[in-house]
Formats: sequence, C-alpha cells, structure tokens
Amino acid sequence: MLIQLIGSTFRVSTPLVFAMLGGLASERAGVVNLALEGMMLFGALGAAVGTLATHSPWLGALCGLGSGVLLAAVYGLVVLRWRANQVVAGMGINMLALGLTPEFCKMLYDQTGRTPAIPLAEHFQAAPMYGAWIGVALAWFVLRFTRPGLWLGFAGEHPGALDAAGISVTRVRWLAVLASGALAGLGGAALSTFSSSFFSRDMAGGRGYMALAALIFGKWRPLPAALACLLFGFTDALQDRLQGVVVWGREPIPVQFIQILPYVVTILVLAGFVGQSRAPKALGVPFERD
Amino acid sequence: MMRWLFGAAGQPLRRMVLWGLLGLVTTGRLPAADFRVGLVLDRGGKDDKSFNSSAFAGATEAKTKLGIALKYVEAPDDNAFEPMLRGFAMKDYDLIIGIGFAQKEAIKKVAALFPKKHFAIVDSEVDAPNVRSLLFEEHEGAYVIGAMAALSTKSGKLGFIGGMDIPLIHRFALAYEAGARHVKPEVTVTANYVGITSAAWNNPPRGKELAVNQYAAGVDIIFAAAGASGLGVFDAAEEKHQFVIGVDANQDWIKPGRVLTSMLKRVDVAVYATIAAAQSGKFAGGVEHFGLANQGIDYSVDEHNAAILTASVRKQADALKADIIAGRITVPDYYKKP
Repeated sequence: MLIQLIGSTFRVSTPLVFAMLGGLASERAGVVNLALEGMMLFGALGAAVGTLATHSPWLGALCGLGSGVLLAAVYGLVVLRWRANQVVAGMGINMLALGLTPEFCKMLYDQTGRTPAIPLAEHFQAAPMYGAWIGVALAWFVLRFTRPGLWLGFAGEHPGALDAAGISVTRVRWLAVLASGALAGLGGAALSTFSSSFFSRDMAGGRGYMALAALIFGKWRPLPAALACLLFGFTDALQDRLQGVVVWGREPIPVQFIQILPYVVTILVLAGFVGQSRAPKALGVPFERD
Repeated sequence: MMRWLFGAAGQPLRRMVLWGLLGLVTTGRLPAADFRVGLVLDRGGKDDKSFNSSAFAGATEAKTKLGIALKYVEAPDDNAFEPMLRGFAMKDYDLIIGIGFAQKEAIKKVAALFPKKHFAIVDSEVDAPNVRSLLFEEHEGAYVIGAMAALSTKSGKLGFIGGMDIPLIHRFALAYEAGARHVKPEVTVTANYVGITSAAWNNPPRGKELAVNQYAAGVDIIFAAAGASGLGVFDAAEEKHQFVIGVDANQDWIKPGRVLTSMLKRVDVAVYATIAAAQSGKFAGGVEHFGLANQGIDYSVDEHNAAILTASVRKQADALKADIIAGRITVPDYYKKP
C-alpha cells in the first residue's frame, strides 16, 4: 500500500518536475515563464509524433525537446527581442499551443485532437522518472558550482552587474529561455510517452501552471521546488485512494471534497509554512542598458 | 467601434458578437445537398474511440447510405455548444444533433429560437416539440457487464473507473456492482472517478494512474466508462496484463486479448435512425429509449475477445439479458434512486 503510494507519487510528479526545471531555468535568469503549459503541449505532441515515426521513445523524447525549444524560440522572440509583457506573452503562447497542437494532429493523422496510440514496447516504462531527478541534481550543480549557473543568477538578480562584467544579458536570457523550452518539452514528452501512450488535446491540463506554483513554493531553488512537485504528486496519489473511503456514517466522502485536496494543501502550505518567497529581483523586467 | 465593443458596458454585446463569429467560423460554408445534418460533438472529439466516435460513425453511415450532407464540429469547451448549434441553425441545416448531456441547456435555448428546425440530443431530455431526446438505458447494460465481470474474475475484485462524477456515470457504477453481486455476492467493486469537470473525459494519464493503482490492489477486471480517459485504463491493462471492459463503442480491438468485452451503447444506431426519420419527413419530438430490448444496449463479441470471453459466461449473460427484457429482474436505476 505505502510502496504503491510512493510509486504513484513519483510517476505523477515526473512531468511536473521537468516543467518546474524549465521554469527554474528561465525565471532564475529573470524571464517570467507562464508559457510552460504551451511548451509542455508542444513537447507532448512532438514526442508522440517522433516516437510514432522512429519507433524509439528516446528519439521521440528528443523530438519533444526540440518542439519545446521551437516554441521557446517564439516566446524568446516576443519577450526578449520585442520586449512584450511577459505574462501576457506567456498566456498567448499557451493559447497558441492549445489551438495549434490539435490542428497538427488533424493534418498529420486526420484525427481530431489526438495522435494514434504508441505500442507498449515503444513507450517509456520508468526512464523519465529517473531522468527527472537526475535533472534536479544537474540543475542544483549547474546553479551552484558552474560559471553559466552564476551568469544565470546574475541575469535574474543584477543584470547590470553581469553586463558590466562584459557578458551579454540578452544572450544569457536567450539561452535560459531555450533551455526552459527543452526541459518543459521533456515534461510534455513524459506525458505522452510515459504517463500515457498518445497525445491528446490539452493533455497538459494545467500542469505547467502547477509547476510554476511549485517553483514559487520552492523559492526558485531546485531541490525544494522538486519536493513541492512531489507534494503535489503525493496529494494527487492520495486522493485516488481516498475516493470511496467511508470515514464516518455509511456514505463515503463525496469525490468533490477529495479532489480539492491538492489545492487545499497548496493554499495551506503557501500561506502557512513557506514563509516569504522572494523572486529573483529582475524577474519580468526587460534588460536595458543605462 | 472598438471601445463600444470592448468597453465594460459592451460586455454582453461583445460576448454575443465574439461567440456568434466563432459559430459562423466553425460551422463553415454550406454544403450542397438536399438534406443537411449538423453534428455537434462533445469534448472527447470524433476520435475518442468511444461515445463521440460512435455518434460520428452513425452520422457517417447516414452520409454514405442516405446521401445527406454532414458537417461536424467539436466543442473545445462547454461554452462553445450554443454558438455552434446556433451557427448550424442559422445556416439552413435541417437537422442538428447534439452529442452528450452537457448540451442540454444550449439545445433547449437554440431550439426555442429556431422552432422550425429539427434538433436531437443524446443522453439528455429536452422537452420541446422540435427536439428528439435519445436516451439510453445504460443501467441494463452495466448490470449484464457486471455479471460477466464477476463470472470472469479470478481475484474476486472488480474495478470501475468513471469519467466525470455525474449521475449518468453513477448509473453505470450502481448497476455494474448490482449485476456483479447478483451472480457472485462476495465480489468487491472499487470505483474511482477521473474528475469533477468535463476535462475528466479527456485525461488519459489520470485514467491510467487510477487503473494502475486498482490493479496493484488486486483488481483484475476494470470497467472503464470514462470517454477518452478510458484509453489510459486500456494502456494500464496491457502493461499490467490484466483485463478491461470497454464502453459505448466496440473497443475490443484497441488492445486485443485484454478487453473482456465492451458495453455497447449504440449511439450510432440512434443517430442514424434519427437522420433517416428526419430525411423522410417523419421527424417527431419527444423521448426515445434505447435499451437491451431494442438492441440499443448490448455487449460485444468479436474476433478480438472470443478467446477470453468463455461460452459459459456468454450463455449466462444472454440468460440475464432475457430476464431483464422480460422484466423478471429489476435493475437498480440511479436516476430513480430514492
């Protein structure tokens, strides 16, 4: 029972962890990334199409990564080059992805909003689950011990100082946004080739936003944010088990009550236990040289 | 013009204009044929391999056999039903069919606005002279399916995974469990629901997760009545080498050898019959029931499940069917629950 619950927790949180890492890359560099949801959708579709075409989930995941980067490039163009409002642009990107992905399915397979199923032998069994945590360790290492990690932090906290040191803030932010697309794309790939066996319309189902919540909740640090993803996964896994359980009397707890559990936990933890969560200082501010 | 449309005072007007435009755009140009049918599908979409696919199959059959012109649209969310229905009604479509209970209010409203147009709705009742309500006796089928599952289980533990937590799905669950208990009083049934909003029909990862957990708890057959989310349950059955029961359309082919049977809800037959009647000028409002007696509800047997569905189970299922049709067994109905 407990082992199942733990297994379920890790499975459910895998796409979240990837997306959270994507958010981390871009937000630590000072670019708000609400477009995670859309990048996940693109990644999910890319991975499904790639796997169906190559019969290898690894190549499929690579396609998912590429699709995420592609959409991130559009996002980067809008917010970094044209300096659009990052929140509005992120939402726009999400809507674009929501509409484009089913359209691609229709064009490629003449199926509305869905790809054909990927055979069992060709989808992932456990690899993305480990991959997500390797990613968390890597992110921690890069941010803490490497020079690019340092640049990333400065681009988000003191872009002026980074610029004074002769490093282009825009270039660092561009790389961060593209990395963000790659990671969120992998999160989407986990959805379509690990959590299920095809792409379907709106399959991210708000996971991009949840990943962002986990990021804030974890104070923009990789390990705490990954633990926040696990907490979301855990409440999700727990509510499956609480469905139909009779606590008192003869009637089970209504499903509606059980299904608000993840949200209640989120609110409680955010309000009560996290304390102050401080965003990178230059988050959402386009860089301009004085 | 822009301020008038988008300012706060223009709110209701703005909404009307925007939705109206959406309706016009999505329903497109008028096809050339004598009899035009507009089909508004639910969120699951034409390829959910279940409820909507079945409706689409019936309409497509009518297109090839009766030579009608068919145009289908898929609603991206529940707010889109009304403009889509309205779009068809404004464009001289002769019969407009709404698939799914969620369209009830929209059909009621649009049918009242276009009294000369004919409408049909599946899974809900709209009381209007120009609306035909196609209702299915799901509980009869679920009862037989429950009995078949109970006769086939080895662990004595059955599962049920519903899509959205609504009375329609409780109707399935209640009768499924009753049918199982009828033939084997000692079986247990674990029931889970994917969600509480209409997004629950299209969340395969969650359907799969629920199924993996049920199988891990010893369940060996799951009845999935969850629209496209059910496809996740099928994946879990294949991965864990357990069994699943399909719903609405014949889903035995999706994972051959792992699908015990499918509870057929012949939405295709109902849609075809309605189109045929309307084309020949015999459209009538009111309620039409489809159940075991008129084969509107049934279970599937084909080459994909013949090996796993034993003859003795089929024989008992058929006997049960006969008993229900003859009224010797009363199936509990969630809709009539006190």
